[in-house]
Amino acid sequence: MKDTDAPKAIEVTDLVVEFGRNRVLDHLSLDVRTGEILGLVGASGGGKSVLLRTMLGLIRKRQGRIAIFGVDRDKATLQELQTLERRWGVLYQQGALFSSLTVFQNIEFPIREYLRTPQRLMREIANAKLEMVGLRPEDGDKLPSELSGGMTKRVALARALALDPAIAFLDEPTSGLDPIAAREFGVLIRTLQRTLGLTVFMVTHEIEALQTICDRVAALAGGRIVAIGPMPQLLEIEDPWVKSYFRGVRGAPSSAPVTP
Amino acid sequence: MGSQNLVVCRAGEGRLTIAGSGAWTADNATRLESCIDNARPNDAPRLEIDMGDVEEFDTYGAWILERLMRGDGRPRQVSLVRLPEKFHDLVEGVRRTNRSAPARPQRVVWPLALLANIGRGVEVAGAEALRLAAMVGALVALFGRALVAPRRFRLTSIVHHLDRVGVRAVPIIILITLLIGAIIAQQGFFHFRRFGADDYVVDLVGILTLREIGVLIVSIMVAGRSGSSYTAELGSMKMREEIDALRTMGRDPLEVLVLPRIIALVVALPLLTLIGAMAALIGGGIVASIYGMEPSLYVARLREVVSISDFEVGMIKAPFMALVIGLVACTEGFQVRGSAESLGARTTSSVVKAIFLVIVLDGIFAMFFSSMGM
Repeated sequence: MKDTDAPKAIEVTDLVVEFGRNRVLDHLSLDVRTGEILGLVGASGGGKSVLLRTMLGLIRKRQGRIAIFGVDRDKATLQELQTLERRWGVLYQQGALFSSLTVFQNIEFPIREYLRTPQRLMREIANAKLEMVGLRPEDGDKLPSELSGGMTKRVALARALALDPAIAFLDEPTSGLDPIAAREFGVLIRTLQRTLGLTVFMVTHEIEALQTICDRVAALAGGRIVAIGPMPQLLEIEDPWVKSYFRGVRGAPSSAPVTP
Repeated sequence: MGSQNLVVCRAGEGRLTIAGSGAWTADNATRLESCIDNARPNDAPRLEIDMGDVEEFDTYGAWILERLMRGDGRPRQVSLVRLPEKFHDLVEGVRRTNRSAPARPQRVVWPLALLANIGRGVEVAGAEALRLAAMVGALVALFGRALVAPRRFRLTSIVHHLDRVGVRAVPIIILITLLIGAIIAQQGFFHFRRFGADDYVVDLVGILTLREIGVLIVSIMVAGRSGSSYTAELGSMKMREEIDALRTMGRDPLEVLVLPRIIALVVALPLLTLIGAMAALIGGGIVASIYGMEPSLYVARLREVVSISDFEVGMIKAPFMALVIGLVACTEGFQVRGSAESLGARTTSSVVKAIFLVIVLDGIFAMFFSSMGM
C-alpha cells in the first residue's frame, strides 16, 4: 500500500463479527479509498456478505470500528446516519426489488423518499437511469416478476444509483449473468463509476471483472483480509489460499499446476 | 449550499446567456429546474449555456442541462461552452436517454370503462369458477388413483397437516364455541324469561348449535386459520419456483401438496365441529346454571328436545365445508404471481371466498334438509 494519501471512503478497523460461537470475521481491517473500485473475493460462506452487511449496519458487530466517509455508525446522530444513507446505494445479490412496484416506481422510490422532485423530472431521471443501465423505456412499466435475471440486476443497479450516491455497495453484481452480459455489466459499472466519480465496493467471483474493472482486490480468508492490492500484484502473493483461488488465471505464476 | 445561485441569466441582443454555477446535483434539482424554467421564456434566437462555474455535477444536473439544450420546440441556436472536461462523459451518457416520448396512457370514456370493468369482472369470475371445477376434477381423479395405490395418500403428510389444522385448533375452537353457546343461552334467558319460557332456552341452544351455529362458526374459524395458511404456503412456494421444482422432479404438486392438505381438513373439520358443538352446549349449560336452572334439568331437557337428526344435520355438513375451504385455499394459492402484493391479495380472497361459499353451502343444505324432513 504505497499511496495512502487518497482520502478514505470506508475505514474498517479491528472488526469482529460472531454468530453465537462461530466467529465469522476475526479482527478484520480494510480501507477503501475514495473514487476506487475495490473488489472483494473470498470462499463461499467465508463472510463476504457478512462484511458487506455489517458495513451497512444490517448485522451487529462484536467489536471494532466502521467509518464510512468519516461517519461512525456507533457514534453518529440520526441526522448523520440519514445523510449517510442518502449518499450510498446498495445492490443486493437477488436484486431485492419491491415486487409490488413497477420498475419505474422502484427506481423512483429513493428519489421520492429523499428529494422533493416534481413528478415529470423524477420520471425523466428514472428513465435516464434506466437507459443508462441498458434497458429500454418500455421496460419501465414492467413488474419485477416479469424481468429476467440480467434485467433484474440492471434495474437493481439503476435503483442503487437513483440518488447519484457517492458510494455503491454491490453484492455479486454479475453472478448469474452470462459472460457477455457480465462483461457488459462490468463495463457499465466502470463507466458509471468514472462519470459519476463513484466509490465502489463490490463482492464478486468473476475473475474477469476483478481484472478489468477493479482498481484493487481484497482477498478474505479465515475471517481476515489476507491480501489486498491491484490484481497483478495479488497474483504474486504467496498466500496458499490466494494462490489456489487464482490458480490458472493468466499472468499467475505458472508454477501452479493448471488443471485441464 | 442551499442559498447559492445556481443560474445567472444575461439577456443580450438576440441572445440569452445562461451561466450555471455551484452544485448542479440531486439536492438542488428542483430549484434548478424552476430557475431554468423561469429563464426560458425569452424569444432570443440564440442561447448560450456557460457551464464553467459549475462545481458539482451529477445525473440530475446533466439531465436538466440536456433538457435545456433540447429546447422547448422553438427554433433556436444552442451552444454549450466551458463544460469542464470531467463532466463530458456524463453529459454524453445522458444525451442518449429519453429520446422517445413516453407513451401516453390511452384515455377511455367512463361509460366504456365501466362496461369494460364489468366485462372483465365477469370474465375473471368465470375463469375462477372454471379453475375451481378443474381443481375438483383433478382431485377426484387423483383420489381415484390413490385408492388403487394407497401409497399416494402420503400418510406422514396427512398426519402432519392433521396436527396443524386439527389438534392445534382445538383450544381456540373450544373457547369460541363455548362463548357462542353461552351468549345464545344468555340472550335466550333474557328474552324468554318474560314469557316464563325458560325451558325453551335449552331447545334454542341445543338445536341451534348442533344444526347450524356449531358447524358454521367452526368452518369460518378454520377458513380464517387454516385456509389462509394453505393459500400463503402454496403461494410462496409458487413464488419461489418450488412448485415448478416439484413438477420437474416428476411429482404432481396436487398429489404432494394439495391432496394431503384437503384430506386432513376433511377429517379434522367434523371432529372440530363435534368438539365445538359439545363446548357450545357446555357454555349454554354454564349460563343456564347461572340463571338458576339445575344442570341435571338442563341435561334432561336437552335429551328430550334434541334429536339425533339435529346432530346428524350438523355433522353431515362438516366435511363438505372442509372440502370447499380446502379447494378454495389451494386454488387461490396456485394463482399467486410474482409479487408480495399478489400473495396478500390471494390470501385475502381465499378467506373471503371460503367464508362466502361456506355460508351459501349452509343455505343450500338448509333447503335440502327441510325438504328431506330432517
